Formats: sequence, C-alpha cells, structure tokens
Amino acid sequence: MKVMRILVIEDDVEAANYLVKAFREEGHVADHAADGLDGYAAARDGEYDVLVVDRMLPKMDGLTLIAGLRAQKIDTPVLILSALGQVDDRVKGLRAGGDDYLPKPYAFSELLARVEVLARRKSSASGEETHYRVGDLELDRLSHKLTRSGKEIIVQPREFRLLEYLMKHAGQVVTRTMLLENVWDYHFDPQTNVIDVHISRLRAKIDKGREAPLLHTVRGAGYMIRDSVR
Amino acid sequence: MTAFGKLFRTTVFKLSLVYLCVFAIGAGLVLGGIGWNVKELIDEQIAQTIDADIRGLSEQYSEGGIRQLVEVIQRRTRQPSASLYLVTTYAGMPVAGNVASLPQEVVGKTGLLEVSYQRSGEETPRHRALARLFVLPGGFRLLVGHDIEDRETLRDILGRALVTSLFWLVLIGTLGGIFVARRVLKRVDAISDSARAIMTGDLTKRLPLAGTGDELDRLAESVNVMLERITALMAGLKEVSDNIAHDLKTPLTRLRMDAEQALRARTSPEEQRAALEKIIEESDGLIRIFNALLMIARAEAGTQPEGMSDFDVSEIARDVGELYDALAEEHEVKLIVSTDEPIMIHGNRELVGQALANLIDNALKYGVPENAGPEARAVALEARRNGEMAELIVADRGIGIMPADRARVVDRFVRLENSRTRPGSGLGLSLAAAVAHLHGGELRLEDNAPGLRVVISLPLSHAAPVLQPATETLKAPPELRKAS
Repeated sequence: MKVMRILVIEDDVEAANYLVKAFREEGHVADHAADGLDGYAAARDGEYDVLVVDRMLPKMDGLTLIAGLRAQKIDTPVLILSALGQVDDRVKGLRAGGDDYLPKPYAFSELLARVEVLARRKSSASGEETHYRVGDLELDRLSHKLTRSGKEIIVQPREFRLLEYLMKHAGQVVTRTMLLENVWDYHFDPQTNVIDVHISRLRAKIDKGREAPLLHTVRGAGYMIRDSVR
Repeated sequence: MTAFGKLFRTTVFKLSLVYLCVFAIGAGLVLGGIGWNVKELIDEQIAQTIDADIRGLSEQYSEGGIRQLVEVIQRRTRQPSASLYLVTTYAGMPVAGNVASLPQEVVGKTGLLEVSYQRSGEETPRHRALARLFVLPGGFRLLVGHDIEDRETLRDILGRALVTSLFWLVLIGTLGGIFVARRVLKRVDAISDSARAIMTGDLTKRLPLAGTGDELDRLAESVNVMLERITALMAGLKEVSDNIAHDLKTPLTRLRMDAEQALRARTSPEEQRAALEKIIEESDGLIRIFNALLMIARAEAGTQPEGMSDFDVSEIARDVGELYDALAEEHEVKLIVSTDEPIMIHGNRELVGQALANLIDNALKYGVPENAGPEARAVALEARRNGEMAELIVADRGIGIMPADRARVVDRFVRLENSRTRPGSGLGLSLAAAVAHLHGGELRLEDNAPGLRVVISLPLSHAAPVLQPATETLKAPPELRKAS
C-alpha cells in the first residue's frame, strides 16, 4: 500500500490524536485541523489523498466545508464521521458532496479500510476496468465469466458482484459493512453476521481444494482478496 | 396589571368599544335625519297654510275693501291658537291683527321668513314664527304668519331623545362589553392558569372546556390532544430509560469483568488480548443496542426521515431474502421467498429493509425448533398486496407466541422465557413495529398454526405503480454506479 496523505478535521482533540497516531502507525502521513475554518484552508491548500471530516465542527460545519471545497472544484475524497448515525444523516452527508459516511463510534479498522478504498479510487479514477485478475482468478464484467486457472466457475449473480467488489479492491481490506453497502446497497445492521456466510460460500467455490487460497479473512477487520504467491 | 386594566386591554372589550361608537353614530344619524325631515314637513305645511290664508284674505279685500278684511281678521284672531295676522298702513301703522308691530325683518321682502314677533297686548317675550308680508293693492300691508313654537318643541324632544338614547346606549354597551370581556377573560385566565400548572410539570392537568363548542373550546381541545400526545411520548421515553438502565447493566457488568480480567496480575499477554477483544465485542453489542433504541425512538416520534422514496417491497423481500439465504442454509433452514408483481410503497427503503431483516433474523433464531423435522425447518417470506396495503410476511413453523404474549412482545427489551437463553436484545420486533407505524402501517403477530406469522402492513404508494418485470435483473453494484 502506498503512503497516503490524510487530513483529519475533528474538534475532539483526543479522538483526533488517536486517529493521527493510528494512521501514522499504519505508515501514512496524517495532519490534524481542529475546526472548520482551519480544516477548510488546509484541505484547500494541501495535497491530501483523503479528508476525514467530522460532521459537527466549530466555526464551520462539516457539510458546509465539504460543499465549499466542491464548489472550489477540489474533489479530494471525503469521509464524513458523524455522531448522528441515522438514515437521513447519511443521505444529507452524501448529498453535500461526501464520498463515504461512517457513524460514530466506529472501529479504526473500518475507518482505515474505507480511507484506503477512497484513496485508491482517487488514484485510479480513470474509468472502470472491465477485467479483474488476482493470481489465476479472472473475472470479466462484460461476459460475466469467472475462471480460475482457465476453468470456469459458476456463481450466483450476487456472488459475482461480491467477488467483483473484492477483486476491484484486491490487496485492500474490505469490511463487512462495506460489502453490505456496496454489494447489497443496504446500510442497516443485519444483526447476525450474514456476510460471513456469503463469504464462506464464495470461498468454497473459488478456493476449495486449492493450495494457495486467494480470499483471506483479516482478523478483526474484514476480508481481503490477494495473490498469496506475490 | 390591575384587574380593570387587564379587562380594558382585552380584544373583546376593545371590539365592543368600536361597536359602541358605530352604533352611537348610527343612532345620531337616524334621529337627526328624522328631526330634519319632520322640520321640513312642518315648514312646508306652514308655508301652504300661509299662502292659502293670504289668497283668501286678499280675495276678502278685493270683495269688501279694508273694512271687510279687518272684520275677517278680527273674527279669526278671536279664536284660540290662531295664526298670526297684521294689517298695517303703508307707513306701518297697525290697523288690525294679533301682532303688536310689523317685524323689521320682513319689510321689503316677499318670501316666507322666520321672524320674531310680539303679540299685541303682551309684553316680552318675543316669539318665533314663520311669516310672509303681502302688499295689498291699496297700499295696505298684510302680514300672515304661523307660530313655530311647536316645531321648536319637537326639535327639543328629538334632541333630548337623542341624548337619552345615546346615554343608555353607551351605558349598556360599556357594561355589556365589560360583562362579555370578563366572561372571556375568565375563561382565558382559567386556560392560562392550567397551562401554567402544566408548565410547572403537572402533565396530568388538562385545559378546562366550557362545553359550548366555541372557538376557545376548540382551541383548548386541540391543546388537550397535543398534551395527550406529549404525555404518551414522555411516558414512552420514561419507560425506555427505565428499561435501558435495567437491561444495559448486564452487558456493562460483563464488560467490566472482562476489563478486570485483563488487568489481573497473572494474566498472560494472550489472555489479555482475548479479554480486550471481548471488551470490544461487548461494546459493539452495546452500541448496536443504542443504535436500535435511537432508531425506534425516532421512528416512534413520527418525524419523517429524509430519503423517503417510492420503492418496490417485492424487490426488498427478494434482496433481504437473498441476504439471509446463505445464513438460513447454514442453519439448515429452507428460506422460501415468494413475491409476484412489483408493489410500490412510499417510505424509507433502509428502515423497511432493516425491519424485514429483523423479522427473518428472529424467525431463524427463535422460530426453528431444535430437533425439528425437515418440514418444520422452513421460514416463508412473502410480499403481497392486500387491498390498499402492501404486506411483508415472515412465517415460521416453530412454537409460535401465545396470544396473551403477542401485544407485550412488541415492547422494547421484552424477551419471552423460551428465548432468553439465546442471543438477542429484545429490540427487533419493537423496531419493526416502530418502522411500520412511521410509514402509517402496522405490525401484526398471527398464528401460523403451528408457528408465528409476522405481518408488516404498509400503505401503498399513491403514485401509480411503475410496472416492471419481476425477474431478477442484474444491476451494476452501487459503488460502480456512484463512480460512473
């Protein structure tokens, strides 16, 4: 994973220090702005890969800040953190120009996974790929064909999309909520971990009987597809 | 503010003052109009009488000369309440008549004039009269007039009537205004006293109703209904906080125990790590409970969230069914999803999806008896139209819920005895019910004989349903849609 430059705009100093420290431990460059105006100036002038913006900030509200940046044609990906974890707050946040939304309290692993996906999206914004390849697993979006070592694997449509999302973010951690949001388009809490069961089904289809498994469980975070040989 | 000051400031009192002025001006105009018309009428009659008299007397003069005229006048003046007559020479010397002298005002004039005169044989006072001077062919002058004291009297009577009636009008009007204003003020005071009592915390009080059904009653009734709603919401809130305090203590106690375990001196690093992971797990569970509680509270408060749209509940049933399909399979339960044509409702897709997910989750957790045969290991999920309602039905073949428990089980944190040993917060059904209410629908628990049948009934969208084939269409993942 290449080094990301992250700006944390958060007025809770303790939470911000924790985030900055954790991002740095992961090998990224992280800065902190404590209010909306400072954050706006830093985001406008600095070369950041991702902005992590608290919804409620002193001096300038988080959503206003994002709308201001977007009006200035600054399209740095923004992840909104919010203590208001309700359905319509997400809608408002994304409408204001945010790219992702995470209600507080959150697990750092979840935040990190999402920030990495956002940063990657920025660097590879040049159109969608139609063909993904991880090791000897190949997925073709146009022909809807999935092969491993040249042998076709039959999967259900939803499993195909699940795998497509994982392969698009190959080498990155993808959390269960990210899968629920992006593959099923739901943001609610499914109580039981239904995603795990889908993953194990998928795993049975692509990795069963293979020496080098591709689909890995990342403890305490989520899943990752990657070529273990490389 | 004094009681009177308060009274005079009421809208009712000010209104009655305005009406009073309007009526007073009206009464003045009416009486004045009558007086003026009567005066005109009297004047006209006098003028006609005088003209007729002059015509008659000048005929007498031309018939029999001055002698006959004097005779006639003397005869007439002997009658009581006679008209006024005076014949003088050209120089103004009186010849006959009941007027002492020729009034100065009429000399040289021909029309009917209002003059003052003095009767012959009387001293002052002078009287008022309408009179006309007529010059006879021989140079004699004939004055014929009519006393207008009656007219003046009438004017005085009318004037007095006006003053008296105005006096009574003002008096009765003011008193009436005060009376009505006091009545209204008393009711408004009663209402505002009750409101103040409610403000200080006595939510059981209600605004008093007079029972007349007037506008104040209607207002008070609306406020009472509002108070009813506030009381219900507050009671709900209190119940929730009581339950939270009670039901969150258990996981918090476990959390604390795990932390103590991690801190214990002889714990190995592996055990510490395990304890910390358990702590995170426990706190995630707590967060989940809080989120569910917040969602229920919001849905029950009835504030419509943003993100309301028209969507197809059949599609939701298929999507959520598919989401849980793998889990059901792992539990060796058959999840049978049956939907037919698209059923459009207006609402929040996330909330309805969450409600349905809760029901399926419940059915898988509590609706499948252990050691059950293959026919009991089935959960049916159905979306259908029932009249003006869309219904999402989740039915299992488990032991069901006794009719007596059905109402209670929807309340927050209620868990029936036979499910206590299994994981769960007791909030799933409450949330589903709250979501149904938020959408103007309801949640029903029915007997599936055997098993439980839960129905979320939601009103159909008013918009005409968009007809789409019900087959599963492959869509681009949302993330791709967003990025493109």
